[in-house]
Amino acid sequence: MTTLVLIEAEGATIKKASLSAVAAARAFGNVDVLLIGAHGAQEAAKIEGITRVLHADSTPHLAECIAALIADRASDYDHIVSAATAYGKNTLPRVAGLLDVQPITEVVEIIDADTFVRPIYAGSALSTVRSRDTIKVLTVRNASFDAAKLGDNSAPVEVISAAVEVPDAEYVGIELTHSDRPELESARVVISGGRGLKDAANFKLLEPVADKLGAAIGASRAAVDAGFAPNEMQVGQTGKIVAPELYIAVGLSGAIQHLAGMKDSRVIVAINMDPEAPIFSVADYGLVGDLFEVLPQLKAELGA
Amino acid sequence: MKIVVPVKRVVDYNIKPRVKADNSGVDTQGVKMSMNPFDEIAVEEAVRLREKGVASEIVVVTIGVAEAQPVLRTAMAMGADRGILVQTTADLEPLAVAKLLKTIVDRENPGLVIMGKQAIDDDMNATGQILAARLNWPQGTFASSVAVEDGRITVVREADGGLETVRLALPAVVTTDLRLNEPRYATMPNIMKAKKKPLETIAAETLGVDITPRLETVKVVEPPVRQAGIRVSSVAELVGKLRDEAKVI
Repeated sequence: MTTLVLIEAEGATIKKASLSAVAAARAFGNVDVLLIGAHGAQEAAKIEGITRVLHADSTPHLAECIAALIADRASDYDHIVSAATAYGKNTLPRVAGLLDVQPITEVVEIIDADTFVRPIYAGSALSTVRSRDTIKVLTVRNASFDAAKLGDNSAPVEVISAAVEVPDAEYVGIELTHSDRPELESARVVISGGRGLKDAANFKLLEPVADKLGAAIGASRAAVDAGFAPNEMQVGQTGKIVAPELYIAVGLSGAIQHLAGMKDSRVIVAINMDPEAPIFSVADYGLVGDLFEVLPQLKAELGA
Repeated sequence: MKIVVPVKRVVDYNIKPRVKADNSGVDTQGVKMSMNPFDEIAVEEAVRLREKGVASEIVVVTIGVAEAQPVLRTAMAMGADRGILVQTTADLEPLAVAKLLKTIVDRENPGLVIMGKQAIDDDMNATGQILAARLNWPQGTFASSVAVEDGRITVVREADGGLETVRLALPAVVTTDLRLNEPRYATMPNIMKAKKKPLETIAAETLGVDITPRLETVKVVEPPVRQAGIRVSSVAELVGKLRDEAKVI
């Protein structure tokens, strides 16, 4: 039983979400990892518990190319896994399509080699499914699995390339949202704002508190829809799924689709004007109050 | 250029789903159903492409029970020209849906398929990618903007750390993300007009596609409920609790 895990690197660093996918995949047996792009292979070789690094160093970051590459080698594997990041969600269903397999996305629990739990209806229900496909194609929620460690492993690195024809697509580039803050998915503390912040300028009021706590900044879907924050800050069913040590929800009501993205946080704080807001029903500590007064006070208290 | 827009009938966005007592699934009996919100964005984008003169015809397709017809009418009231219902009472997974859609795409021969990135019922986020794979077409998923020029489509995508741009040869499959557009409301005159637009029904079993499910649903349960904690009365009390009780700062 061998599993192929598609991993991602940022520069030479392996993404934490990918390390969680490796940890999840180890439940099935041996793990090979596949890394696309020039950088990160030496770091990937250190991931504890993996057998081999396949390094497609000249393959572009296009689902068309990556899926063709994986499908070409799929007969060596009984599971093909990635993190449920935008990258994995773009690529793995295409792999499944090429292999004539029904993918199983956003897995939160692995019961056995064929049986998986995944949320449906924005997390309002958990569905346990058993796959009849010979090869299982999965994306896994990083918040639901511990990350594999980078240790003193030195797995062999094998450079591979695709000899497959792919449809006509061209990768133009990526415009990264620059931030000195930790990534949402790996931050120890996350502070998120909702529509209660009223406009994009007010959204910056979260920053001094985030600075004090070393926190990543998130947003509700309502805040993103209203144009207060970019989509990559969205926490929720249609955004990022996070499970930090501390989650502070500011001026957001706690719609089911937002709760689906943060309810596994260890400690949840809600700050909201409306004492009836659903966010209070999941909060460990609730503070009813005007966020425009609370945020400066919070900054001051933390500075002490 | 012709555009095919697949749409899905789902439990309305505003309804809180209830798990059936026998844990076999979510109860959809007597529940308000609507077009999947991401598919509304797809219909809107297709209509905008026609308004720009890029598209000449918009065909909406849905797969499901006869009661799914109103979803096609809604799409036609927004501006689609005609509808196709691939009728079946079977529970379909994205793989089967993609295979059925492929037969329609093969027949209609569009320059572009544009569809929602995921349905808000099974949240699978897979049908567009599978369809692209089976057509061997390029894909632009999670689109936040699209532009068609010289037989290619430039798609700006919602990626992990920001916005990624890909340029694809047409025909291609595009899946929509939230920021692509804000769908229009259908006006009463357009709703009336839509009733007269052509709607074709095709029995799914005539399409020669194996739609046998690959997944067996073992059980569907409500997620564990997180208990509410305490209310604090001041910021000082909150910070004190976080420091001394939760020990998280």
